[in-house]
Amino acid sequence: MAHYWQEISALTMRWVRRLSREKFSMLFTLVQPMLFWLIFFGNLFQRAADTEVMQAPNYISFLAAGVVVMTVLNNGLAGGVDLLFDKENGFLERLMSTPIHRTSVILSRFIFVMGITSMQVLVILGVAYLFGVQPATGILGVAMIVLIGMMFGIGLTAISMAMAFSVKSHGDFFSVLGFLSLPMIFLSSALVPLTAMPGWMSFLAQFNPMTWAIDAVRPLILSGWTEALPHVGMVVLVMLVFDALCLYGGAKAFRRAMG
Amino acid sequence: MDRTIAIDVSHLSKTYDSYRAVDDLSFQVYAGEIFGLLGPNGAGKSTTLRTLITLLHPTSGAATVMGYDTVRDADKVRTLIGYVPQERAIDRFLTGREHLQLLGALYHLTKEEAAKRIAELLTLVELEAHADRPAKTYSGGMKRKLDIACGLLPDPKVLFLDEPTLGLDVQSRLRIWEYVRMLKARGMTIVMTTNYLDEADQLCDRLAIIDGGKIKTLGSPVELKIALGGDIVSLTLKETDRIHSLESELKDRPAIKAVRATTKGLDIRVESPEKALPTILESANRLGCNIEFIQYNRPRLDDVFIAHTGRAITESIPESETA
Repeated sequence: MAHYWQEISALTMRWVRRLSREKFSMLFTLVQPMLFWLIFFGNLFQRAADTEVMQAPNYISFLAAGVVVMTVLNNGLAGGVDLLFDKENGFLERLMSTPIHRTSVILSRFIFVMGITSMQVLVILGVAYLFGVQPATGILGVAMIVLIGMMFGIGLTAISMAMAFSVKSHGDFFSVLGFLSLPMIFLSSALVPLTAMPGWMSFLAQFNPMTWAIDAVRPLILSGWTEALPHVGMVVLVMLVFDALCLYGGAKAFRRAMG
Repeated sequence: MDRTIAIDVSHLSKTYDSYRAVDDLSFQVYAGEIFGLLGPNGAGKSTTLRTLITLLHPTSGAATVMGYDTVRDADKVRTLIGYVPQERAIDRFLTGREHLQLLGALYHLTKEEAAKRIAELLTLVELEAHADRPAKTYSGGMKRKLDIACGLLPDPKVLFLDEPTLGLDVQSRLRIWEYVRMLKARGMTIVMTTNYLDEADQLCDRLAIIDGGKIKTLGSPVELKIALGGDIVSLTLKETDRIHSLESELKDRPAIKAVRATTKGLDIRVESPEKALPTILESANRLGCNIEFIQYNRPRLDDVFIAHTGRAITESIPESETA
């Protein structure tokens, strides 16, 4: 057990070190979702969006939940990229030829991606606060939002890693990634409530786990616990199923790739 | 001489879908020797190596390292081996020291043990001055040295090197050879793959020539050359269209063991050049072949390779055999 912990902490430190060496990339990763979506998109649609339809005091406060979950989505789907490069340049083989527990590398990646994502979620809620969005459920609600983000993120990271272990080249990986990300966002309640969507889009959006996550995060920000609790209960159930499926697929892909 | 067996490979096969990458391979590596797997790209060298370092499970057959099975006792095997993968298995953002510290933790060394060993290794590969710079600033040779230091960190019983000098300049190559010889002198067993004939010739105590997933021949470079028997006479002809008529003329002559057409002339394997030269010259004269250049030398490893695989190592594998 002590050995296991030594491996995981050393491997996690490696991800942290890499990030700290890429200061520019880190800055853009952290700033991009807030800058593009929350600040630009949010303010751009401030007057175009109908607050009656949104059921929110203004568009930014409506959008905040969507941006939080979008960040979780993008971080999760990109979570396997570094393992992909490790696989391609042989670093993964070097790691796997040492007497480590077979799951250490993967676990370190989960810990790292979840850590970064939680930090980003907090920064986004902080920026939203500057634009006057105060979470109705307070600190406890913020903790709940981070928890929902992590539950969604685990499944997404598992999908990403499964892809990283299965694809032939990183070109394939990035094409699939680009193809997944935007439709997931448009076919969810991130930018517009389901009620305001064309019928066929709202129908598809119901099956998007992202919609469930947003529908739980949004009342935590806008309304309060009584409104939020049924949604939170639902999302926990949905995410348990989602994570179980993704982890099962991920484990299979990993076993196939690592013999 | 009775020698301790470090690695025992027995009837090893690895099949991908319908492609047999490794086909019923059996060989042994003695403790303390440098053993080479020589062959062209796609011959099955890397597959064999990756099985030995526990990263691949054989389809059939088995391999043991220091008596431990690479599948059943994989964890034990991993504590006994060091691995130097092919070029560039380096994290460009980490410094040289951080690479070694990471591996130190993965081999479960304490901080003090690791620090001591890392200092020794950095001195050995002459990287102390660059240890705290990110690896992206390293030259190809420096990266290779770091690779080797990483492979040596666990103080392995057996070190596996995959194409250790691929793509390196001459100086770095000679330096790597020096390290490998020094490690052998310290008693380490070394298994390396290479597709450089001179490297195999200079460095390996014994080598196996692998082609199409099978061992074609195995022995020390000297043994392999002697086993061919005789010397090689190389002719360069002025008129290349006469090569084949001269080839058929010389075949089956008593003093001549084998004839092989090259692009510019013939490579003729002979029992003794003194006996064969008159025959060769007389035949060439009779057919009106003008000889531009003639030389003879002792068999090289190139000749061994050609004799056992039917082609030079630089020639690509015929389509029909790769399918």
